[in-house]
Amino acid sequence: MKQFIAFVRKEFFHVLRDRRTLLILFGMPIAQILIFGFALTNEVKDSEILVVDYAKDDASQQIITEIAASRYFNIRNAALTHKEMLSTFQKGKIKAVIVFPASFNRYLLHNNQAQIQVITDATDINTANMITNYLTAIIKDYQAKINENLLVPYQIIPETRMLYNPQLKGAHGFVPGVMALVLMLVSVMMTAISIVREKEMGTMEILLVSPFKPVLVIFAKAFPYLILSLINVTAILFLSVFALDLPVKGSLLLLFLESTLFIITCLALGIFISIKTDSQQIAMLISLMGMLLPTMMFSGFLFPIENMPVPLQVISNIIPSKWFYIIVKSIMIKGLGIGSLWKETLILAGMTLFLLTVSLKSFKIRLQ
Amino acid sequence: MEAVVVENITKTYGKGKVLAVDNVSFSVNKGELFGLIGPDGAGKTSIFRMLTTLLLPDEGSATVDGFNVVTDFKQIRSSVGYMPGKFSLYQDLTIEENLNFFATVFGTTVTENYHLIQDIYVQIEPFKKRRAGKLSGGMKQKLALCCALIHKPTTLFLDEPTTGVDPVSRKEFWEMLRRLKKQGITIIVSTPYMDEAALCDRIALIQNGKILSIDTPDNVTRSYPANLYAIKANEMYRLLKSLETFPDRLNSYAFGEYAHATFRSEKLDTAHLEHFLTDKGLSGIEIKRIPATIEDSFIKLLN
Repeated sequence: MKQFIAFVRKEFFHVLRDRRTLLILFGMPIAQILIFGFALTNEVKDSEILVVDYAKDDASQQIITEIAASRYFNIRNAALTHKEMLSTFQKGKIKAVIVFPASFNRYLLHNNQAQIQVITDATDINTANMITNYLTAIIKDYQAKINENLLVPYQIIPETRMLYNPQLKGAHGFVPGVMALVLMLVSVMMTAISIVREKEMGTMEILLVSPFKPVLVIFAKAFPYLILSLINVTAILFLSVFALDLPVKGSLLLLFLESTLFIITCLALGIFISIKTDSQQIAMLISLMGMLLPTMMFSGFLFPIENMPVPLQVISNIIPSKWFYIIVKSIMIKGLGIGSLWKETLILAGMTLFLLTVSLKSFKIRLQ
Repeated sequence: MEAVVVENITKTYGKGKVLAVDNVSFSVNKGELFGLIGPDGAGKTSIFRMLTTLLLPDEGSATVDGFNVVTDFKQIRSSVGYMPGKFSLYQDLTIEENLNFFATVFGTTVTENYHLIQDIYVQIEPFKKRRAGKLSGGMKQKLALCCALIHKPTTLFLDEPTTGVDPVSRKEFWEMLRRLKKQGITIIVSTPYMDEAALCDRIALIQNGKILSIDTPDNVTRSYPANLYAIKANEMYRLLKSLETFPDRLNSYAFGEYAHATFRSEKLDTAHLEHFLTDKGLSGIEIKRIPATIEDSFIKLLN
């Protein structure tokens, strides 16, 4: 036990004395949360909208006021010809143009029908779609308002509710994703590198020729990264609650327990990589290419798994981060408990057990 | 009593393609300072790694302190001290931290066995807060030796401990080894430096995985069969070229500022050789008979 503690302490010295390691360990998660939270958002916020109002009557003004009141749009007024409009689009400054034809209100009142033209920049399909949706919603609202006292004979009003994320905040999807990503990176890559470093430096040779059990060497190497990863989890949750306004709906304890399970899965993977490689570079490459990429692609965090071809959907099942992503999302956003997550937890636990067994089986107590 | 017994050990790498150690046998007595002398790639490190249980021999068997290196590796690992050829301590830990760490790993404390390392440690103690990576070559080796000694090993394996160390530190290092020997620790050391061989009790000359000879350094040099001469002239390169054309020559090679040469005839006609060399355009010629060194013996064995 004393040996184990000495070993763990030594490991902390290594981490704390290497500025680059520290940066990866703690700078990366914070940077990722902030980048995903504020820069790489797919929400439509403060989009520049150009209003070309040829009508300048009651109805058009009321609709414009409604649009301006929404925090999604910044409104600018201009009277432009069709040609000028196109050149403004090409400059890329505006996302959409709304055109009210002359006598808009008159058409509305006398013909019972009026048209508004909405032109969007579809270079970015998602943004264009979303802007159109928002604008249509606002216009429909207005329509409902003026029809309030009228009896429309046949009418279906869809009542939609966005469950768990009514404001459609982007943070909901990526915080669990970043968590899976960061834990994968820290636990797999750092553990693999730190064990391979002992091989590369030759210290493994001395450690093997000592009464210290070789398997304990591996556990002692992995243990500090378990603690550091848990600190990372705490930091990410802290940021998500206080910087991104995304509270943890479910049990915090359960979230930490599940994170610990996933970290152990990653550590086992890291140990396995370290056993199979002999240089830090190769260990890093394998960790990055073999772990990070699948995590990004198959966890469902960037691309929905349901939309993938079936073979890829099958492959996604063997990626531990997929299950962890589901678990974290369910606990944080839906507030589910272990009762609804036992299946995913069991799968993750099975993977951990398998990886640990394989790693320990392939661990060599000699150099060859 | 024998501390280490090696019997017909063979080691190959790459599925039998590279023969590193070829049917080697030797034994080391308790408390002996035994040297494995040979050039790089001779198989010294492979032998060390097999004796320290880090590699499995393909054939043959070996024991350390009576324990078999294959089956009783656990006992061997807790009783021997091993210092690999490459500096293998934690560069980002200080001298003190390294020493404490290895003491703890071996289940002891620095104070418990301080008497063993005291002589060596006092030399590096002023720098104990310095990180190991920032030490000079000689200090690194002293620290590594301290770490290998801290658990009071019965047998000490030192793989090329003085490679890359300055001459003064090398000399100091060997003095330390002699002092450790007095404490009853068996020491097996490998080195490519022939001058260090003379400081061992017994040496094994090794080349291409084979042991050429095992004896005390004195006996190795005494059994040198031919008459050996040291020859000096104003131009070394021309001297060596000229010696090669001398009819009576058996072997010749550069050795510091002299050329060493052996000849077929029992007694060399020095006047004749001097005349021969002068004819070749050399001047300042000096010819003297010398006793053989380990290196001369080694070169002789290689031919």
